[in-house]
Amino acid sequence: MAAAAAFATPLKCTFSTSHNVSGSTRGLHWRKNERSVKRAYRGVITAKIDHKPPPYALEALEPHMSLETFEYHWGKHHRAYVDNLNKQIVGTELDTKSLDEIILATYNKGDLLPPFNNAAQVWNHEFFWESMKPGGGGQPSGELAELIKRDFGSFEAFVSEFKAAAATQFGSGWAWLVYKANRLDVGNAVNPLPSEEDKKLVVVKSPNAINPLVYDYSPLLTIDVWEHAYYLDYQNRRPEYISTFMEKLVSWDAVSLRLEAAKARAAEREREEERERDEYEGNSQTEPQPVEMYLSDTEDSEAD
Amino acid sequence: MSLVTCSSNQFPLSSNVRSSAGPSSNNLRSFFDVSHLGGEQRRHKSRNSRRMSSITAYYGLKSPPYELDALEPYMSQRTLEVHWGAHQRGYVEALNKHLEKNDILYGYTMDELIKVTYNNGNPWPEFNSAAQVWNHDFFWESMQPGGGEMPTLGLLQQIEKDFGSFINFREKFIEAALTSFGSCWVWLVLKREKKCLAIVKTSNAINPLVWNDIPITGLDLWEHAYYLDYKNDRAKYVNTFMDHLVSWDAAAARMARAQAFVNLGEPKIPVA
Repeated sequence: MAAAAAFATPLKCTFSTSHNVSGSTRGLHWRKNERSVKRAYRGVITAKIDHKPPPYALEALEPHMSLETFEYHWGKHHRAYVDNLNKQIVGTELDTKSLDEIILATYNKGDLLPPFNNAAQVWNHEFFWESMKPGGGGQPSGELAELIKRDFGSFEAFVSEFKAAAATQFGSGWAWLVYKANRLDVGNAVNPLPSEEDKKLVVVKSPNAINPLVYDYSPLLTIDVWEHAYYLDYQNRRPEYISTFMEKLVSWDAVSLRLEAAKARAAEREREEERERDEYEGNSQTEPQPVEMYLSDTEDSEAD
Repeated sequence: MSLVTCSSNQFPLSSNVRSSAGPSSNNLRSFFDVSHLGGEQRRHKSRNSRRMSSITAYYGLKSPPYELDALEPYMSQRTLEVHWGAHQRGYVEALNKHLEKNDILYGYTMDELIKVTYNNGNPWPEFNSAAQVWNHDFFWESMQPGGGEMPTLGLLQQIEKDFGSFINFREKFIEAALTSFGSCWVWLVLKREKKCLAIVKTSNAINPLVWNDIPITGLDLWEHAYYLDYKNDRAKYVNTFMDHLVSWDAAAARMARAQAFVNLGEPKIPVA
């Protein structure tokens, strides 16, 4: 809730402070290069994030998610995020980066920079459209089904946990199924006993625009529980929307593909770390020992 | 000292009270009978409980001070029906369910309940429901049919003193509304320590009572407040609120009451 309290900044009595960014940009020179903005032809946005359409026609998810919802949700909300993001990053050093990179850079460890909300919402919505398909629903199969069974007990248990997370996200936000590779990669801590068991599927919920990329998780599935996602079709009946999503819209194929990709990424990272560690250990025989984080009399081993 | 607002909903402990506070809560007609005070509270279910819901009503759903279609065409009847009849009713029922389980919160006024459950930034589960009930009561009363235009007399003077001019205030208010992200509220408050008016944005269910400030008027920026009428066009909704809905009479009344608690400077004849 500290984030909520921090958000409610009172404007001063006579002046309002607009987003003042200059204080919080260590490492990221976030200031528009005025010259390059003026050079850009007026009216033409030069930054490159696209407004990707869903992988199906806008009316393809009727009657569970209406054409009208898509026209507004994709056509107005998602489009506005894309346009605003492009306006914000044109002429800055974020202009050439990929969407994922922009998200991670502007997350700024929780002290969100202005492009974060737009960038994250663009990413979230693309992910959301791809999480659904016409004639969706049913059950997952293969490795995904096994992992769900292993980590939640049963598919039904997973569904009820996911539905509960989506229903109890207060205000605007998202609910996610993520693949967590538990690398404890926070810059100064290393998982001392890594094992395959640590990699698991988890349900998380996040407020507003936050997504699990910033926690270094691999998202597999999401549902948008901002009210604009369901208000035209379901008004306040969020649980009904969530149930319909699970029963009729979820694309388990997409989720399985993402799981494979996530596992491949996790394996790749581990191999890289192995390589780095080997190299480092190879070099360190003639160099001074690396600094021990926990200075004590007994020897701490960093890793196996 | 809790500020008594026109929306306090507490039912006295020691009397048989009909939970319907007016023409509103037709569905919550459960009688409740609290026979003891001081530690032991027994809540008897309604004699008609077979017919009604089995929620014991601590707080009721207060109806807006106008008919549901009175704010047309700026806020449609359908919006009021869903926003008041479904959303706010849901918050009231959730709050009652929480209070059923938790004796320690029994007997607080709504304002006190909000401050206590806010718990200085680490809120209890009851906070969201309680605060949203209060926020919505406040919001209905902040609007009126034929609203908008400008405040008058003392409130206008205070706005001009703190913002320069009414136009400037209006711009700042709208800017605050349009730059807030997610589900939130925008308030015009009288700050107790600083003794001036200010515009405050809060997210989700938070309201200025938790900082002991006095809200003068408020605007609901959750999407459910405007989606049926304006879809994604938040700017139009906010401008319509300022031009046609906001009740400066209600704001002036709250300002007058607030002056009893906050010394705004030179002795003034109370604004009416």
